[in-house]
Amino acid sequence: MHAELTTQGTATRIDGPLLFLERNVEVTLGEAVDVLIGDEPPRTGRVTSLDDDTIVIEVLETTRGLSLDALRVRFRGEPISMGVGPGLLGRIFNGIGQPVDGGPPVAAVSQRRVDAPAMNPARRALPRDFIETGVSAIDLTNSLIRGQKLPIFSSGGLPHDRLAIEIARHARLRDARAGEFAIVFVGIGVSYDSAEAFRRAMEDSGALGHTAMFLNLASEPSPQRLLAPRVALTAAEYLAFDEGRHVLVILTDMTNYCEALREVSASHGEIPSRKGYPGYMYSDLATIYERAGSTRGAAGTVTQLPILTMPADDISHPIPDLTGYITEGQIVLDRALDRRGVYPPINVLPSLSRLFDQGTGKGYTHADHPALAHQLFASYAKATRVRVLASVVGQEGLTASDRRYLAFADRFERELVAQEGARHLDESMAVGWRLLGDLPRGELSRLNDAQIARHVPSGPPSERADG
Amino acid sequence: MPPDATLPMSEARIRAISGPVLHGLARGPFVVGEAIEVGNARLPGEVIRLDGDAFVAQVYEDTTGLKPGDPVRGTSAPLSVALGPGLPGRIYDGLLRRLDGGDAAARPCRGSPSCRRSARQRRLARRGDRRVRGAGPASLCMLPPGVGGTVVDIAPAGEVEADATLAVVRDDSGREHRIAPFHRWPVRRPRPVTQRLPADEPLVTGQRILDTLFPVARGGRAAIPGGFGTGKTVLQETLAKWCHADIIVYVGCGERGNEMAEVLDEFPRLVDPRNGRALMERTVIIANASNMPVAAREASIYTAVTVAEYFRDQGLHVALMADSTSRWAEALREVSGRLGELPGEAGYPAYLGSRLAEFYERAARVESLCGREGSLTIIGAVSPPGGDFSEPVTSHTKRYVGCFWGLDRERAQARFYPAIHPLQSYSVDASRFATWWTAHGNDNWQRQREKLLALLDEQAHLERMARIVGKDALPAGQQLTLIAADLVNEALLRQSAFSPVDRYCSPARQSEMLRLVMRFIALSREALARGMSPDEIASLPVLRRLQRMGEEVGEDAIASFAALWPQLERELAAPGAAVAETGDAR
Ligand SMILES: Nc1ncnc2c1ncn2[C@@H]1O[C@H](COP(=O)(O)OP(=O)(O)O)[C@@H](O)[C@H]1O
Ligand SMILES: [Mg+2]
Repeated sequence: MHAELTTQGTATRIDGPLLFLERNVEVTLGEAVDVLIGDEPPRTGRVTSLDDDTIVIEVLETTRGLSLDALRVRFRGEPISMGVGPGLLGRIFNGIGQPVDGGPPVAAVSQRRVDAPAMNPARRALPRDFIETGVSAIDLTNSLIRGQKLPIFSSGGLPHDRLAIEIARHARLRDARAGEFAIVFVGIGVSYDSAEAFRRAMEDSGALGHTAMFLNLASEPSPQRLLAPRVALTAAEYLAFDEGRHVLVILTDMTNYCEALREVSASHGEIPSRKGYPGYMYSDLATIYERAGSTRGAAGTVTQLPILTMPADDISHPIPDLTGYITEGQIVLDRALDRRGVYPPINVLPSLSRLFDQGTGKGYTHADHPALAHQLFASYAKATRVRVLASVVGQEGLTASDRRYLAFADRFERELVAQEGARHLDESMAVGWRLLGDLPRGELSRLNDAQIARHVPSGPPSERADG
Repeated sequence: MPPDATLPMSEARIRAISGPVLHGLARGPFVVGEAIEVGNARLPGEVIRLDGDAFVAQVYEDTTGLKPGDPVRGTSAPLSVALGPGLPGRIYDGLLRRLDGGDAAARPCRGSPSCRRSARQRRLARRGDRRVRGAGPASLCMLPPGVGGTVVDIAPAGEVEADATLAVVRDDSGREHRIAPFHRWPVRRPRPVTQRLPADEPLVTGQRILDTLFPVARGGRAAIPGGFGTGKTVLQETLAKWCHADIIVYVGCGERGNEMAEVLDEFPRLVDPRNGRALMERTVIIANASNMPVAAREASIYTAVTVAEYFRDQGLHVALMADSTSRWAEALREVSGRLGELPGEAGYPAYLGSRLAEFYERAARVESLCGREGSLTIIGAVSPPGGDFSEPVTSHTKRYVGCFWGLDRERAQARFYPAIHPLQSYSVDASRFATWWTAHGNDNWQRQREKLLALLDEQAHLERMARIVGKDALPAGQQLTLIAADLVNEALLRQSAFSPVDRYCSPARQSEMLRLVMRFIALSREALARGMSPDEIASLPVLRRLQRMGEEVGEDAIASFAALWPQLERELAAPGAAVAETGDAR
């Protein structure tokens, strides 16, 4: 590549975020640029296509106020990068990595490309360490593992922010072997209020000192949303792989990211795929989500907790759908549960942790943990089918056994999913075993006889104290 | 035929570049499909379209840093991979370049196959031996298809470099061919065979729902469609572990890097129950993870099927797992979009169907050029957007496969695995396997299979009725049908991939379990006729034993299924009937 170059008077066209220049300098694909006008702060952009005569630049900020004659373009001679070094924690940055907390610039020890090359699958370390979040519906049935990417599928008006904050505050390994998580919070098109609420919550719990925040606020240019998660992940990777920390990255709201992607794609005149989103949205999202994990030999890990709001509460919408195809499971929040006052309103059935079998059980949590979880799933799934049946034929049409399932469904939601304050895994498991005591024993086919004898309270529910 | 060696090398320069697609201006002839090297870093690429001096090509690596004017070199050969001994046990990228070089970023070893590979060769041929075309591994190594004749020279036994001369073979026209351990083959061209054979024996998968209800043939093709989280990958991995194949080619096409890491981590520690060797020794992994370059994703599928054919040609039974073919189709769509082609349904190019057909057509049971029987079975996962099976990739795939293993979201959510929905799945191959099952100890398989399918169909029908009138209102006979269907699901169809006892189920064990369940169904009907109520039947202790027998009776204890028979007969026997009379009525 080359040193910095500046050109003026070559701009021929501005179209949305795209800027077209005559090609009279030798620049390369993907190169970062600063678009300058007057003495305004530089606007970041990048070269997205090149031919003999033309340079096309995607400006990652507004193009409002630019004029063809007056603008100058400075080519940085390298792809967009972020300076990383000690002192990232405790700071607040904007979506392109500039400090916005009034503090000094970070003393960078190295410049890293924000779109890092793919991690070599042959070098990945398998995530294994169970993280206790204190949330029963996660720890017990959809556990979070260090190095996992586990999104929260939410909807407008549901308490996903509160859940994310609680997870960030409680997340710890069961045996407190390693130090606490460093937190990287990435606000993508979020309101000032929710960014501030997060900052305050971290401050209150004394965690601000090991938190770095990257904020692209709703009021800021939307093309920058494409950059914010990549800048933040570059910092997270530095914290994990250079400083050896375990980093929990909270990305909210990925729906805003996808909207920005659609907007920029449309301005390129690309043929849209489903619902107007570009056909490459899957691959594009993968370049973000796949940055979770760790390599063999590295001391730290990157765990991702992306949050997205499902448009129209629709889980088959391209944003949750493509996300679910890439991430290692999902935690699904449910409006009906929320309305019934269940907090956290986690719908356990469509939720999934793909790493559950890899990080729970003997040697990880408790030998009977996986069997308990599988039995709870099977029973709760049956119970919700009975509930649908009951809503049509009424309770009278149910068999005696079905009526027990109906009661189980309610208790499962009120006593296991709903909770006040954090629970240890052992407490969550105790609740689970207790609930199973209400069901016909012969139908607990996911448990072996010894597990039933060890854990499941006997006798019909009416005869037991807790019944 | 070997790649055409008569083309002159051509040169060109980049005129325009955007993403993985470049437009170039050629000095000298290029050929559509020709492999090229782009820029000073010599990134691999392929010519897709020609127009006079201008051409369009796709680049298989990140194009950041390229610019107009950069050089493009032709290679005079179509996109090819080097095939030879030592391929199994390793992980490669979509162009068959090794990824286990130790680099933390997914940068393949450059210039493969010249990264040092060596092969231990036994000296099995002598000067003067006749070698037919495509001779297999029991001779000195694979002769490339198209080369055959008399061995005029041969290297001594021992370790050799990948590009060493192993032998010289003179063909009938007197031309001499230098034979190396590796030969190159163009990935988009199917390897020739002597003849295709009928696919009339099953590929045993060790999964009850597949082998018993929806079996796939050796040389057949199967699709696994399912929304996210329904179990495509776990099923593919399970098949890769336990199916009765000699070689597994596992291509992770646009899926998670961690899943590749998991295979790499787990397979070396698992032992093939059929020969006691580590499963990794029979496995070739090809990885283009979702965050790796998209153009190489399109190539990875062809690379995988070419490697699979190479082993098939040696007289081996090969199974290819492609996870996921939808990502491959999307890669086609992305490149097509960048070329400005007219989009068809859901933005996919109009040739999507024919590309899928070509791919699945490469599955076959064959007589190879060296006269041995080999087979290539293709099992492709499909990831339909929103889990909707009417989308283009699923519906096109359906036309070309003989087995359709449809995964069901509701089953998956209840953690009922594998979540294959028996009423949304089918096997065209099944009709040919009755003789095979007879030879393997079950002469009643076909009838049992038909009965099970009818029972599951009836269950769906009755459940719809129960939703209207209530379960209690169903006649006793129908309530019993529901109990029987539940048992079939729990005891036979459910099988955890993570259970050390039940993850693999041999044909012999399947047959035992099947017989027990069929016997329960028959006896419970009789008991009902005698006045036992459905509730009483549902609470029989033996029912729980049957539900859990997959977990409780392993491969090494098949004999102990016998213990369940007396219990079954006793609990369902007519009052006063002596157990001994019916004890061995199987
Ligand atoms: N056969 C099986 N046995 C046990 N668990 C399974 C099985 N199939 C799927 N699962 C569970 O479901 C999860 C999702 O399966 P996966 O194959 O990754 O889905 P997909 O590839 O369709 O998105 C797995 O992580 C595992 O927990
Ligand atoms: Mg998968």
